[in-house]
Parts: sequence; C-alpha cells; structure tokens
Amino acid sequence: MTLLPYIVAIWLLLAGLYGIVTSRNLVHQVVCLAVVQASTYVVLLAIGYRAGAAAPVYLDIPAKRTAVDPVVQALSLTDVVVGATVTALLLAIVVQAHKRTGSLDPEDLRDAY
Amino acid sequence: MTPGTRRLMFLLTAPVLGAVLLWGFGGLPRFAHHPNPYGDVLNAVSVPERHVTDVVTAVNFDYRGFDTLGEEFIFFASVLGVVLILRDQTDESPGHAEDFATGRAVPPTSDAVRVLGLGLTPLTVLFGIDIVAHGQLTPGGGFQGGVILATAVLLIYLAGEYDELHVRYTETVLERAEALGGAAYVALGFFGVVAGSAYMQNVLPLGRTGSVFSAGTVPLINLAVAFEIGAGVVILLTTFLRQTLVVRATERRSALERALDAGPPA
Repeated sequence: MTLLPYIVAIWLLLAGLYGIVTSRNLVHQVVCLAVVQASTYVVLLAIGYRAGAAAPVYLDIPAKRTAVDPVVQALSLTDVVVGATVTALLLAIVVQAHKRTGSLDPEDLRDAY
Repeated sequence: MTPGTRRLMFLLTAPVLGAVLLWGFGGLPRFAHHPNPYGDVLNAVSVPERHVTDVVTAVNFDYRGFDTLGEEFIFFASVLGVVLILRDQTDESPGHAEDFATGRAVPPTSDAVRVLGLGLTPLTVLFGIDIVAHGQLTPGGGFQGGVILATAVLLIYLAGEYDELHVRYTETVLERAEALGGAAYVALGFFGVVAGSAYMQNVLPLGRTGSVFSAGTVPLINLAVAFEIGAGVVILLTTFLRQTLVVRATERRSALERALDAGPPA
C-alpha cells in the first residue's frame, strides 16, 4: 500500500479534470480546478511524510526528534495561496462572462463573440 | 466539439495519463521513507540558528524569504486583477444594495444572526492576532492569520448590512493597508543590506527561543504579510459583494426602478 497516497492524488487529478471537461456551469468548473490543485497538496505532503516522525514544530518536542520534511509543507502553503488567487481571478472572469452572455454554461461562451 | 465528444476523448486519454503518473510515482523512494536531506538540515538548524520553533515558518519567512516575497506579490497582482476585471463598466451604475427579486422585501437579519455575528467578531479578531503573533513558534503566521482577520469583516457583513460594511471599511483605507503590507515586506529585506549582509538576511536580534518577540525579522514579516493578506481578502470580498448587491446594468436598473415606482403588489 506504499502507492496509496499517489493513487489518491491521481484520482483527485483525474476526477477534477473530468469535472472540468464535462461541466455545464462555470462556477462548478472553477471548483473542479480547485480539486485538481488539491491533488498537488497530497503529492507534496506524501513526499515529505516519514514513518513515526513528528510535525516540524520544535516548541514541545526534543530537538533530536525526527520530524517530517518542512520544505514540502512550506511549498504546500505557497500552493494554497496560489490556488486561492487563481480561484478569485477565475470567479471574477465568470461574473463578467455571466454579465455578457446571461448564462453560466461554458457552451454559451462562443455566442459572446 | 460537442460535450459528448469531449467526454469520450477524456475517457480515452485519462487512463493513459493516470497510468503514466502511477508509473512515475512508482519510481520514487518508498513512501514514508523518503531521504529528505534539506528538510533534515532545516529541522536541525532552525532553532539554534534562527530561534524559530515552527520550521515551516523558518523556511517561508527566513531561509526562503525572498521566494515568499514573490508569492505575496502573486496575491497582490491577483487582487489587483479582480478589482480591474470587476470595475464598473460603462453600461453599469451603482445603486442601493438590494435583492435581485423585485416586488418582495428583503427579510431583515434575524436577531440570532446579529448576536452571533457580534459575539464572534471580537473573538475572531483575537484569534487572528494570536495566529499572526505566534507564527514563528507554532503553525500559523501572516497568511493564515490575515485570512482569519478578514473573516471577522465577513461576520460583520453577515450580522448587518452591506452598506454599513461599505462605509466602515472604505476602499482607500483597505488599498493603502494592502500596499503598505506589501511595501513593508520589501523594506524589511533591506535590514540585511544595511547590516552589510545579503537582501532578506535575518540580521535583527534573535531574542529568547519560544518568546513572541524572537526570531528577528520573522515576526515583523509575518505582521506585514497579515496586513497585506487581510486587507487583500477584504478587498476581494467587498468587490464580489458589490457586484451582486450594488452594481446593476443600466437597463436592468431602470426595470427595477419601474417595479419599485409601481409599489408593492397588492
């Protein structure tokens, strides 16, 4: 079962992509992209995980204690921030698309031009 | 391309993508036994070198502080982008906050929601400050604390009216707070240059490990980031609320006004 975290990440990636491909609602599509991004969090944290290790917070554990990798956790934070900014920008574009076409269906976007 | 073709193409190619990814992941070192030399070094030196007990914060705001500056400006640019995309168009005008459904009064906020919102707001502010201030000691910091502080403003909106929120948190103040937070981060990096070291080098006194006032520039950078993120999230929030509540296309507004002039239905 050593591949389980990666299988979860691949599942999240493909499930999110399926949503993006088949969605009939732009807001739903943005949320599907967030699901795709969630798969990257799983990969990052899985790479940093170590059996029996503590969290990398040395406030109440001995200095010699093995901890999981803090570098990938810091990258996950960056990932979350980038995810939030991308979601905000896309939702702003969705609001404008809805104003122009009166619809949230991505199929109706081609009528806008 | 019809939705049916799209789905078919996805179902044909997705298993291939999944299989290639699984093949690639299978070549990684065994799960839970990765050799992570950089993580081990940082875990060992973070407390003695920088007096930072939360190693993730040490990575983000010290060892990798320059990259986090870039990350912060991604956020800054995104807020700017949202404000730009959702600016008032020529065929739109701001009106009073109102529901889209006409001929029906908006139900007033219930007393229960008001009391809960008012009670939670000060607690949320305290919680946010706590998370920002202890960023170098326990998980948290400017990014997380800033979002929590912005949630306090959302609670005020839920407990009251949008108009109230709009008056209290005028956009100029928010925009200045966000810009100031971003500029403060850039300026804090120059401490290192002035001290004759590299940009973003942590040269301030490190203090006693475990104290709120420790770790040199790390808590100061966290404070700057909290300003930027908190103000930025509130700007995002008010921009989207303004779209749904205030900004109306001109034709739509006149239709609304006609309905209002006609009075409530008998």
